[in-house]
Parts: sequence; C-alpha cells; structure tokens
Amino acid sequence: MSDNQGILWEVFVQTKPGLPHKHCGSIHGHDKEMALQNARDLYTRRNEGTNIWIIPASEIVASSPEDTGSFFEPANDKVYRHPTFYKIADGITHM
Amino acid sequence: MTTQEALFNYCLRLADNHLILGHRLSELCSKGPVLEEDIACTNISLDLIGQANALLQYAASIENNGRNEDDLAFLRHERHFYNSLLSEQPNHDFAFTMVKQFLIDAFNYYLFDELKKSKDLTISALTTKGHKEITYHLRHSSTWIDRLGLGTDESNLRTQNAINELWRFTDDMFVMDEVDKMLITDGIATDLNIIKTKWQNTVNGAFEKANLKIPEKVWMQYGSKQGKHTEHLGFLLAEMQHLHRAYPGVKW
Repeated sequence: MSDNQGILWEVFVQTKPGLPHKHCGSIHGHDKEMALQNARDLYTRRNEGTNIWIIPASEIVASSPEDTGSFFEPANDKVYRHPTFYKIADGITHM
Repeated sequence: MTTQEALFNYCLRLADNHLILGHRLSELCSKGPVLEEDIACTNISLDLIGQANALLQYAASIENNGRNEDDLAFLRHERHFYNSLLSEQPNHDFAFTMVKQFLIDAFNYYLFDELKKSKDLTISALTTKGHKEITYHLRHSSTWIDRLGLGTDESNLRTQNAINELWRFTDDMFVMDEVDKMLITDGIATDLNIIKTKWQNTVNGAFEKANLKIPEKVWMQYGSKQGKHTEHLGFLLAEMQHLHRAYPGVKW
C-alpha cells in the first residue's frame, strides 16, 4: 500500500430526503471526486444514504476540550431555556 | 442455429465479459494501492460478478438442459468462454488495470444503454438494472484516466504504456457474427457498430483531455467470440474454478 493516501475528508450522509446530514466517519482521497467516490463506496454501499457531503478535515473548526467549561456549562442551570413550560396540544407527536 | 441457441450464446458473451473482468478486479482485493481504492475496486468487482450471475442464470434457463449458473461459470472449459480478450488481460500496475476498466466500462455503458430497449424482457430488465452500476464504474475509471494522465510524468507514461499494450484487444469487443445478426433482426441484440462510434468518441475525448494518445497502426487481435483466447484465460480459470472442481457442489 502507498504511503501517500491523500488528505483526510470527513463524511456526512443523509439517510432520507429532508433529514439532516449526519457525520459517519472519514476517508482519504487526493481530490474531491476521489473523496466523494470513496465515501460512496465506504459508507453507502448498504443502502444507507440518499446524499453525501464531504469536507476536508482540516477545514473543520472545532472547539477544544479546554473550552468545555466556558462554552457549555453555563447552560446547565438555565432550565428556562428549554421549552418545557408549555402545554403541548393533543395529537402533536414529534416535539 | 435456432434463436434459442443464439440467445444462449449471446447471454454467455454478456455474462462472461462481466465474470472475467470481475474476477480480474477481485485479484486486487487486499492489494489495492490504498485502502479506499481497494474497497472501491472490490465493490465494482462484486457488481460485475453479480450481473454475471443473473445473466448466467438466464442463460441456463434458456439452455434448459439441467445446468445452472454455477455449472456454467465453473465447469466450462476455456474454449467455451466468450469474454472479450481485453477483459482477461492480467492487472500489472494500477494504470494498466484502470485503462482496461475504462475501455470496457465505456463499452458496457453504451451496450447496456442500448440493450435496455431489447425486445427480450429479461435482457431489458437486467441491463436496465446493470446500467446504473456501470454508470458508476465508468465514472470511477474515467476520473482515474484524468488523474493518471494529468498527474506526474511517470503516471502519464505508465498510462500511455497501458494504452499501447491494450489497444490491440479493443476491436475484438465489436466483432459480430451470425449470433448477433440473428438477434438484431429479432430486436433482441444491438448493432455493435453503433456502440463502436459512441465508444470511440468517449475514449478519444477522455484520452485527449488527459494528454494521452491512441497508438497508430496496431495489429488487432480477434477470436473471443469463437472461444479463442490469449494465454492468460487458462490460468485465470484454473484459479477461479479450482474450488468448485475440487469440491463439486460445495456450499458456502
């Protein structure tokens, strides 16, 4: 096998039209088309998808573990941000 | 020759092209240039063998002589295989494999597109289904022709060498005989001259774009439709048929 496998791409697959694309893993590829084809072969061969997005892994901007405290913990004690104080009308199933 | 015999022979030709090309590609399993490409080639190989399986099933039902698709794949001798000479050529380097795939994918793409209109409903159904897979195969191999032709000096050289080596087997794909003529009259088969024009345009366009040349004055090799093959098919069959011959009727 070659040492030069191309850059790393993150793969997002949409399972049904209308649903959001979900991250399912990563693949290597030298160019966009190769990465797209590799993603198709690796992640949708068992009928998992209707659409694929691929993004160069280096282009993803991520928060770092050190940010966890300042980013996420302040939301813990603010229950009023959840819409749990409303009555849901009968017959509404997906909320 | 009866129409039934012609149809049986025609299905074997379609099936054998796929079976032998699929087997050749399966030889790359675990030996691909990178992990992702290994999976891609194995996927395509499985598509081809799956299509061959369906076509051989249909051939067996036409023959109606007690043989099934496994008998046709694993118990026929070399001289009774009708796959194109191009499909049986060994892999060599990756450029060689991709040039071979591309030349055959482009052929299959136009052939199956025409056969969708076949008056034989089974051939029409199988080629309609198969054409979707072949569309992807052609996309895969033609992007490799681009990449290798326009890549480095070495990748261009290797791809050009593969074209020079393989070109002499291309005309063999388009040979027609009484089997074709009989079935074309019945609206079952396709005139391969029509396929050749489309194939030539696609191949010329792709090679021109990728800075590759078609060699001139090549001595063409023929014979696959009479079961006359290059020396490579025998070795391929020895490996492919070994298990079935050593353990007749063995189940997975």
